[in-house]
Formats: sequence, C-alpha cells, structure tokens
Amino acid sequence: MRGRLPNWFVGLSFVSPWVVGFALFMALPIALSLYYSLSRYSLLDEPLFIGLTNYRELLGDAVFWKSLINTVVYAVIAIPLGTALALLVAWLLSARVRGQSVFRALVFLPSLVPLVAAAMIWSWLFNGELGLINNVIDGVLRPINAALGTDWRGPNWLGDADWVMPALVFMSIWSIGNTVVIYLAALQDVPVALYEAAEIDGVSPAGRFWHVTMPMISPVILFNVVTGIIGTWQVFAVPYIMLGPTGGPNRAGYFYTMYLYDKAFPFGEMGYASAMAWVQMVIILALTAVTMLLSRRFVYYRAG
Amino acid sequence: MRSSREPGWASKAAIYATLIAVTLAFAAPLIWMVSTSFKPVEQTMVDPPTLLPEPVTKIPSYAIDNYVGRIDENGEVIQRGVLRDPVIDFPLYLRNTLIVVGLSLTGMVLSSAVVAYGFSRVKWRGRNVLFFFVLATMMIPFPVLMGPLFILYREFGWIGSFKPLWVPAWFGSAFSIFLLRQFYMTIPREIDEAATIDGCSHWGIFWRMVVPLSRPALAVVALFHFVATWNDFLAPLIFLRDRDQFTLALGLQLYQSQAGNVPWNLLMAASTLVMLPILIVFLLAQRTFIEGIATSGLKE
Repeated sequence: MRGRLPNWFVGLSFVSPWVVGFALFMALPIALSLYYSLSRYSLLDEPLFIGLTNYRELLGDAVFWKSLINTVVYAVIAIPLGTALALLVAWLLSARVRGQSVFRALVFLPSLVPLVAAAMIWSWLFNGELGLINNVIDGVLRPINAALGTDWRGPNWLGDADWVMPALVFMSIWSIGNTVVIYLAALQDVPVALYEAAEIDGVSPAGRFWHVTMPMISPVILFNVVTGIIGTWQVFAVPYIMLGPTGGPNRAGYFYTMYLYDKAFPFGEMGYASAMAWVQMVIILALTAVTMLLSRRFVYYRAG
Repeated sequence: MRSSREPGWASKAAIYATLIAVTLAFAAPLIWMVSTSFKPVEQTMVDPPTLLPEPVTKIPSYAIDNYVGRIDENGEVIQRGVLRDPVIDFPLYLRNTLIVVGLSLTGMVLSSAVVAYGFSRVKWRGRNVLFFFVLATMMIPFPVLMGPLFILYREFGWIGSFKPLWVPAWFGSAFSIFLLRQFYMTIPREIDEAATIDGCSHWGIFWRMVVPLSRPALAVVALFHFVATWNDFLAPLIFLRDRDQFTLALGLQLYQSQAGNVPWNLLMAASTLVMLPILIVFLLAQRTFIEGIATSGLKE
C-alpha cells in the first residue's frame, strides 16, 4: 500500500461490506417487493403480474383499514404523551439530589426489558381479576363505591375492546427510559448562562422553560418524534403476545405490522403483503418529510 | 430548571417524594415479576395479592421449584421448573440465543468499524452521498423488508437455520456505522499523518490506532446490538422453523400459547431469567449505556 493506492479505491474498499449488504439485503428486497406488489404471488407458484389489483383491493379491505387506524390512533396518543412525560421525568431527574444515578437507572431499566418478557409481565399486571393494576384501582374505588353506593371496578383491560388501546399506551409509557436519557443529556446541554440571563430579566420559571429550554432542546425532540413515528410502524411483538395473533377482542389491538405478517406468512399472500409494505414505506417517508417541514417553523438550530 | 438559589428543605422533600414515587412506578412491574417468580402457583391466584410468598421463610424452596423444578429418585420430573421442563427446553433456547447473538455481534462490530473508517478517515469523492444513503436506510423498518427477505433466504436455503439471524449483521448496521463515524471524526488527523510517515497503511492505522482509541464507542454499539438481538422476536418468528432452533424470545412465548391456565409463576421465572443477562450487562456498563444513548440522540 504505502499511499500507492488511490484514495477512492481505499475508501470504497473500506465501505464495501456495507455496499454489498445494502445491495443484497435492502435494495434487492425492496425492488423485488415492488414487483411482487404488482403480482399475485402465493409463495408456492411463480409470481403472476396483475397490475395495481393488490392496491385496489387494499382500499376496500376492512381489516387493512382497521389495522391502519389502530396504528395511527396508537401513534397519535402514545407519541405526544410519551414525549411530554419523558420531558417531565427528565426534568425531575435533572434535579441535583443524592442517589441521582439510582433513580436514573431505575427509570431507564424498563426500556431494556426484552419485549417478550415485558409483554408477559404486563399481561399479568393487566389481568382482569388477579392483576396488580386492577387490585390497586379496586382498592381506590372501594371507599368511593361505599360512599356513592356504586359498583365501579377496574376494566378488564386486555379482554375489553375499549380498553385494549389505553392498556397498550399505558404500557408504552413504561419504556420511555431511553428517551428520558436523551432528554436528560439535552437539558444538561443548555448553557446555564441563558437561564441566568433570563432570571435576571425577571422571566418566570415557566417562561424560562418555554422560551429557553424548549427552543434549545427542540432538535432533540424532533429527532425523538421522528424515531417514534418510525417505531410505531414496527409495533408487533407486544400486541401479538399479549393479545394473540388476531389482536384481541374485535381486533382492537391489531397493528399494521401484524396484518402484514399475517398476509405474508400464515396466509402466504406475498403480493398483497408487498403492496402493504409499499404503502407503509410511502406513509413513513411522507410523515417524516411533513415532520421535517413543520419543524422548520418550530425547531431552533444553534449556529455552528 | 436549575436555580441559582439552593432550594429550601420543603421543596427538597417534595422533589425526593416525587422522585421516589416515579421510580417506584417504573420499578414496580419488575418487582412484581420477581416476586411472582418466587411463588407457588396457588399463591399467584390469591386476592388481594401479596408481595412475598407465604411463609416468607420458604422462598428458597419455592424459588427452586419454579426455576429448577423437582425430580423424583428416578430422575423423572415431578414438578416443572424453567430450567428443567419436559415441555419447554429453556437451556436449549438459551444456547441457541447465545450462538445467534455471538455470531451477529462479532460480525456487526467488526464490519461496522471497518465501514465507519471508510466514511470518516479516508477522503474520496462520493463519500458523503453514499453516507447519506446509510442514514436513509435507518428509516426503513424491518417489516417492510421481511416478505422479500424470506423469499431471498428461501432461495439461499437459509430458512430454518440461524443464518438469516446473523449473516446480514456481518455487512454492518447503519446505526452503528453512523455512531462510530461520529466518534472517528473526533480523533485528531495528526495521528494518521504520523502513522503514514512511519509507513503505516490505512489498514494499519485502522487496526493499530483507530480501533484501540475507539473502544468506548465500540462498546456502545456492541451493547445496543446485544440488547436488540437478545430481544428480537419478529425475525426468529419468521425465519426459524423447528422448536429445537427457537431463541429465548420465541421460547418464552410458548408458556403462554399452551392451552389452559397460564402458569404465571413459571412465566415470570422465565421472564426473570431472560431479563437477567441484560440486567447484568446493564449494571456492568451503566455509564457506557447512558452516555451512548445520550450521544445517539444528540449528535445529528
């Protein structure tokens, strides 16, 4: 070698593993799936070109809409709620107290729990009769019931179509730990001088939060919202395990990826599944683009 | 936010109280998991539930029942435990998971480090354009690819083997490449120049300088990848065929899909065991973890 080889050759050699991997395990599958999405393909026979039929069928497929709406509803509730709570917890954890690292570790730990184990733990917690959550709720409701003569009880969470989604959102809050850690770092990154200047100018603590903290950490919030949007489209293991492959009562917890999986594998309709994958990809790209565009108005980037 | 004045004892007490309440809420499910894993099955069904099994002095023997099971003098299992169970072979699933995680982790770290070097320490035309593609691939979620990947792996004859779960990792992971590149950029250029004068090739610089210097960053990507592979459910579900090849994530699910009553105590014992390696890794590398996550979110 000794500087003999041109730089482009050396550079490309170093990145070649990624280039090969990208071509083989990403570009090729994406190209294939575009072709499959325009075909009838049962996995057993050769794909048969049928044009846009799969996409047209999607539009009239009630289960497709159900899974799409479930996913959107989940995202619309879980992402803003998770963001707000993660910020709040991060702010709380930034207080300089003794045992700070223990508090932080305990908040962070749940985000590392394997999804399968988390799903198991929470289906036990949500158990309608024996679950811890309803025991706490019933304990709170008992004196209220006694006073009012009512008979209110905790819901049958995973067994009640109306309560499946709240249960899933509730559970998602449990694993906001890694977002909290990111916000925590962002909060510590805000220059103290800015707070001091605002305080001297007589800005209230709430004003300091809205006019100093929020602008300074807004790029980090944007990053997490985008990651959150992409993440929602991958929700699979938790509802699949907690509610079963059909997503519980009335498919209330049936997510987009679950339907995609069902079509591709148990039903073996790879053409239809590929059309779903392309719809998903377009939605994700569009949402990311819209978020980025909107962010120009709200996100403040420090110079340099 | 931070105040220049020291808060009084009353607000300090309020902060502590809130902090303890919040962290308890986060920890409660895990405490409940461990506590249930120590109980005999009858006691998982008492109302109201107790935190600890009764009598408390019997915890060691209850725990052994749930984790190790009981055998009679002929070695026949008379009570199922997670580690000795004729129905669900937890030790086998553990072995499978370790094989997959080991192979995947080794390949991912090696190749991502090499690729990140090419994206940061060598100057060449088109480098930034290609790097943009690396970043863009992070937006494409696995479910979009899983169908055609299955067909591809079927052509390779990989379905029903571990290969789909680890071979792709040997071509680098976009997230790790990104993180390592950010780190490599911070290493001073002078190091390369000195090394080049000493007759070191790029490969030599990479292997003898950059890799040793970037150990903390390598640890971060290794940790993330370890957790992700250990936890993965969807890919094993699609690509594995036989029960003998199941990973822990899949095996754990078998407790629930059995007909009849869910043995909550066994399930929680199994969950605790699946969780344990992650917990140990976390306790050993807490700093690396937290710093790594903070960095991944901040440097864009």
